[in-house]
Amino acid sequence: MRCGDFKTSYAADMSIFETRTARIMLAIFLCILFTLPFYTPGYVLDIINRIGIAIIGAIGLNILTGFTGQISLGNAAFMAIGAFSSGYLGTKLNLPFYLCIPLAGLITASFGMFVGIPSLRIKGLYLAMATLAAHFIVEFIIVKWESVTGGVAGLTIPTPKLGSFAIDSDARLFVLIFVIAILAVLFAKNLFRTKVGKAFVAIRDQAISAEVMGVNILKYKLLSFGISSFYVGVAGALIAYQAKIISPETFPVTVAIDYLGMIIIGGLGSILGSIYGAVFITLLPELLRMITTSLSGSFPELVNKLAAMKELIFGMLVIVFLIFEPNGMAARWHNIKNYWKLYPFSH
Amino acid sequence: MAQLSCSDIQLNFGGVRALSGVSFEVQQGEIFAIIGPNGAGKSSMLNCISGLYHPQQGKVLYEDQDVTRLPPYERTKRGMARSFQNIALFKGMSVIDNLMIGRHLHQHSGLITGGLYYGPAQAEEIRHREYCEEIIEFLEIQSIRKSIVGTLAYGFQKRVELARALALEPKLLLLDEPMAGMNLEETEDMVRFILDTNEARGITIIMIEHDMGVVMDISNSVCVLDFGKKIAGGTPEQVQQDPNVIKAYLGDEDLEGL
Repeated sequence: MRCGDFKTSYAADMSIFETRTARIMLAIFLCILFTLPFYTPGYVLDIINRIGIAIIGAIGLNILTGFTGQISLGNAAFMAIGAFSSGYLGTKLNLPFYLCIPLAGLITASFGMFVGIPSLRIKGLYLAMATLAAHFIVEFIIVKWESVTGGVAGLTIPTPKLGSFAIDSDARLFVLIFVIAILAVLFAKNLFRTKVGKAFVAIRDQAISAEVMGVNILKYKLLSFGISSFYVGVAGALIAYQAKIISPETFPVTVAIDYLGMIIIGGLGSILGSIYGAVFITLLPELLRMITTSLSGSFPELVNKLAAMKELIFGMLVIVFLIFEPNGMAARWHNIKNYWKLYPFSH
Repeated sequence: MAQLSCSDIQLNFGGVRALSGVSFEVQQGEIFAIIGPNGAGKSSMLNCISGLYHPQQGKVLYEDQDVTRLPPYERTKRGMARSFQNIALFKGMSVIDNLMIGRHLHQHSGLITGGLYYGPAQAEEIRHREYCEEIIEFLEIQSIRKSIVGTLAYGFQKRVELARALALEPKLLLLDEPMAGMNLEETEDMVRFILDTNEARGITIIMIEHDMGVVMDISNSVCVLDFGKKIAGGTPEQVQQDPNVIKAYLGDEDLEGL
C-alpha cells in the first residue's frame, strides 16, 4: 500500500503532475475530450467551444491579475483588439488563419504592453480605473475606425481554411480551439515553473524586495501585460472565428467582469483555477436556462424571472466565494484531493 | 582596502534630516554592526547602502566603485544582498520558490525557453534547485521547504529571509535586525547561522541589531548612530567605553537639578 508521496529527483519534484495516476487520468480525459465531437449535438459543442476559448482568456487574465497582481478591467478591449485584428488580417489582407491568430495575439500583446506602462506608477484600484479607461478608448476607436474595423456594422469573418480543408463546422472548430487551449495551458504551467513566472509572482507578493533580489520590475510587469494580452488576443481571434460576425457590441465591459469572475471563482494565481472558473462561468447561464425550461411547466412565470436573475446569481456567487473560499475552486479541489490521497491512512 | 566605504552620507526627507555626515568603512570578511537608539537612522543607512534610498550628499563606494546612484538590482548584481526589518518575503510562494527568486540573476532562461520547459530550462532549474537545497540544509529548514511562507512561524520566516539572501550568492550581506522578536533559543540559532555564514562562506556582514549581548559578542567593529549622526565607532570594547554612547543610551550622568 502506498504510504506517501516520495520523490527521488528534483525533476520529478518539479513535474506538473505529482503521480502517475494523475498522468493516466489526464490521458483518459483528453481521449474522451477529443471524441466529444463525434456524438455531441451541435448546440452542446458550441458551448464546449466557448468554454475552450474562455479557458484561454481566463488564463491570460490570471497571468496578469492572479499571478502578477495587476488588476485589469481592459480584458474585453484586448479581446476585441484580438478579434478585429485577426478579422482585418483575414478579410483585407487575405492571410490564412494560422497566421491571423498568432499575429492577432502579437498585436494585442503590443497594445497590452502599452496600456501596462502606467502600471509602473499606479496600482490596485487606480490601475483598474486606467485599464477601464483603456476599454472605452478601444471601444471608441473600433466604432470610429471604419476602414479597418467596419465600424458599428462590424466585420464578417471568412471561414478559416487549411488548404482546401475548411474549418466550417463546430466539430472542426472544436479541434482548433482545444489544440490551442491545451498548448496555452502547458505554456502557462511551464512558465510558472521557471524564472519568468516566478518573477511575476515575486512582484505580486513584494515588489520592493523583488527589486532588491534583482528582478527588473519594469521589464517583468510589461512582459506580464504582454503575455496576458497575447492569450486574451488569441481568445478574441477564436471568438471571431466562432461568431463569424463581430461588432463592437460583441465585447462589452461585462465580458471583462465575467472573466474577473472566472478567475476569482476558479482561483487567483492558479492555472487549474482558470480552467475551473472558465467552465463554471460559461456553463452558469446554460444551467439556469436548463432549470427554467424544465420548471416552465409547473411555474410558467419563473422563466422570465430566472433569466433575469443570471447577473444576480453571478454576483452572489462571486461574493460567496470571496467569503468562504477566497482561493477559489482550485484550492477546494486541492484540499479534497489531499484528503483522499493517502486514504484511509493519512498519517 | 575596505570592501565598502560610506563617506559623508547625508539624507533628507523633505525638511527632516535622517542622516548627516555619516562615514565608515567595512573591511572584507568582518561582521560590522550598526547600533543606536530608535530613530537614529540605522535602517535609513542600510537603505542607502542597498539602494532603496539615494542620499543627497556623500558617496557609497563598493569594491572601489561608486554605487551611490545605482538602483538596488544593480547592486545585487555586484554582490550585495539584504534582509528587511519587517519580513519582506514573497508570502504566497513556497520556501523553495522564495529561494529560487534569489537565483533570478543567475538564471538565464527566458520567456520561450521557460514556456517550453523541457531542455535547457529544466536543466537550469535543477542546477539552481541543487544550490538552493544546499542553503536549505545549511540553515536547517528542510522540513518546511514546500510550505507557503505566509503560513510559517515568525522565527522560521526570519530564517527563510536569510536563506533567500544567501541564495543570491552575495559577497556583502546586509541584515536589518535579524534577531528582532526572537526568543533566546531562536536568537542563538540565528547567531550561529550568521557566524557560519561569515566564516564558512566568507561573506562580509553589516548588521543592525538591538540585542547588545549579540552585537558585542560577534561583531568585529561597531558604528553607533544617534539622531542621524555617527557618535562613535571602533571595536565593541572601545564603543562600550565611549562616553557619547553611554550618554545616548543611558542619558547624562550628572543631570543638574535632580
